[in-house]
Amino acid sequence: MRIFSTNKIALRALRRNKMRSILTALGIIIGVAAVIAMVSVGNGAKSQVEAQIASLGQNVILVFAGSFSPGGVHTGYGGVGLKLPDYQAIAREIRQVANTSPEIRSKNQVSAGNQNWFTTILGESDQYLDLREWPLAEGASFTADDVRGSKKVAVIGKTIATQLYGDESPLGQIIRIKGAPFIVLGVLSPKGLSVMGNDQDDIVIMPYTSAMKRITGNTSFGSFNVQADNAADLGVVEQQIVAILRQHHNIRPGKDDDFTVRDQEEIAAAATATSRVMTVLLAAIASVSLIVGGIGIMNIMLVSVTERTREIGIRMAVGAHGRDILLQFLIEAITISSLGGVTGILIGLGASKAMSVWLKWPTLVSVSSVVVAFLFSAAVGIFFGFYPARKASLLDPIDALRYE
Amino acid sequence: MTAVVQLADVHKTYHTGEVDVHAVRGVSLEIGKGEFVAFMGSSGSGKSTLMNILGCLDRPSRGSYRLDGADVSQLGRNALADIRNRKLGFVFQNFNLLSRTSALENVELPLLYSHRRFTTRELREKGERALQLVGLGKRLDHHPSQLSGGQQQRVAVARALINEPEVLLADEPTGNLDSRTSVEIMGVFQQLNEQGITIIMVTHELDIASYAKRNIVMRDGKILTDVPVAARLDSREEMRKLEEAHKLSLE
Repeated sequence: MRIFSTNKIALRALRRNKMRSILTALGIIIGVAAVIAMVSVGNGAKSQVEAQIASLGQNVILVFAGSFSPGGVHTGYGGVGLKLPDYQAIAREIRQVANTSPEIRSKNQVSAGNQNWFTTILGESDQYLDLREWPLAEGASFTADDVRGSKKVAVIGKTIATQLYGDESPLGQIIRIKGAPFIVLGVLSPKGLSVMGNDQDDIVIMPYTSAMKRITGNTSFGSFNVQADNAADLGVVEQQIVAILRQHHNIRPGKDDDFTVRDQEEIAAAATATSRVMTVLLAAIASVSLIVGGIGIMNIMLVSVTERTREIGIRMAVGAHGRDILLQFLIEAITISSLGGVTGILIGLGASKAMSVWLKWPTLVSVSSVVVAFLFSAAVGIFFGFYPARKASLLDPIDALRYE
Repeated sequence: MTAVVQLADVHKTYHTGEVDVHAVRGVSLEIGKGEFVAFMGSSGSGKSTLMNILGCLDRPSRGSYRLDGADVSQLGRNALADIRNRKLGFVFQNFNLLSRTSALENVELPLLYSHRRFTTRELREKGERALQLVGLGKRLDHHPSQLSGGQQQRVAVARALINEPEVLLADEPTGNLDSRTSVEIMGVFQQLNEQGITIIMVTHELDIASYAKRNIVMRDGKILTDVPVAARLDSREEMRKLEEAHKLSLE
């Protein structure tokens, strides 16, 4: 095997046509860079979704009013909704429950002094922050007594604290919500932006009793958060919630539920499935450019074989076997595509870094995407280089020498 | 005198469509070591086909071809390629050098397809020696486009010589050169021949053929005449005459 000589010959040939080699590699460079950057964006989004779902708290079951079809479309709406007795029954009757909190959500103007801000107001139980594993940055949370007494107290997110009080400590200050003065008991530790880009610190949390009485005037809850003692009890707790709610809502056997119970894993599965679809989609789009790059290589190699017919003739006349010619063109193609692959990887890594720095997109480069992109680019070289190389190797030396 | 080339009743027939073209019809000849043979003949006489067969680029349809004592008429593509690499050197009318490639790399080319592996240093040494042999020791790194026609043909000769072949085959080596450069190249050939290299050349120019020792004229695929050259031209003598003529024209 004259692989070393052939290697030398191929590299010399590439050096002779630097510009053409670079332009040919460009297709692969862009393809590989696109794959790596896109996959890193997809993975980044996925990992952030996962982190978000983990932040819902451990072993949490969510109960929503109304029933959802698997596609997420509201059907059978018009049930009685989630009421206080429903919640109380769940909290009291199910033994395997750790923390529970009913949730009532509204949007309102809040103000302090001459500052005002439009924000989300959550009515929750005193167990909510434990359930979400959401610590306070300063101050304290409201207590069970506050809930029972519908006290005008609240904890606020970091964003609210800065918007309304600036540098001052908000603890003990008055925050006015719908005209009623609430006392700020604590400030939540900051969480930053959610996957969807919402500011999770732009929030006011108060006892659900206060929210119902002073803010919404509503007697229905949007959802219940129920935390099971441990993962093994999730199933039992879910079953009991369903049984209690069906009984309370007088739903006869065979009729559909007018509520929906989801545990965290189901929500996580749905969310990661979505982000996986996105990753695959991005990778697929980027792969197209990789294939286009490969076709570019084949195109140039074919042109090159025709253009270099006489060169091939000369090589054969001085003793090159068909195999030597095949190998030469194959090595040229593989060298172009793998050098393009390496360059593409570097650019792809740079691009995903740039996206996370300047666009603040979460990106996560996976090693497998780098390896796969490189191997794929080398394979592209072999695949698309083989046909032109074989064509060259089958030339007749006399015809090739005579070629004008 | 040992025969390097032995052809016995060699035929070559091309099948092009419905017509069979008999390019070579029964050629037998022997060429000994150290000979300098010029094939002549009009186009279509079969001299180029015969040259392709002698150069192991093509196989005879019938008859046998012994090169350096071994029958090569039935060898396969790869075996023929090895023979070309080891035993033959080619010089073409249009030089056939690799463009955008230095003279040295062009000359090294056959070594890269040799069965032996040469180090980069060996390659360079051998290449330099071959280029010195044809008087181009100082233009190693020039590309063909930076060389004159005569210099390019010298590079081609150096390439043909690098594997120390049995036979140097030249197909119209002066066809693209002016008369003065032609004499120079013939000078190189005669010099190599004096060192013992067997040269087979195809030409249609009578004066160029006169630099050889033996002239074979072909017609219709057969040998018409095969005679030693009576009034052989000497390249040094011819060059001197050219110089004088040049001087006269200046005066």
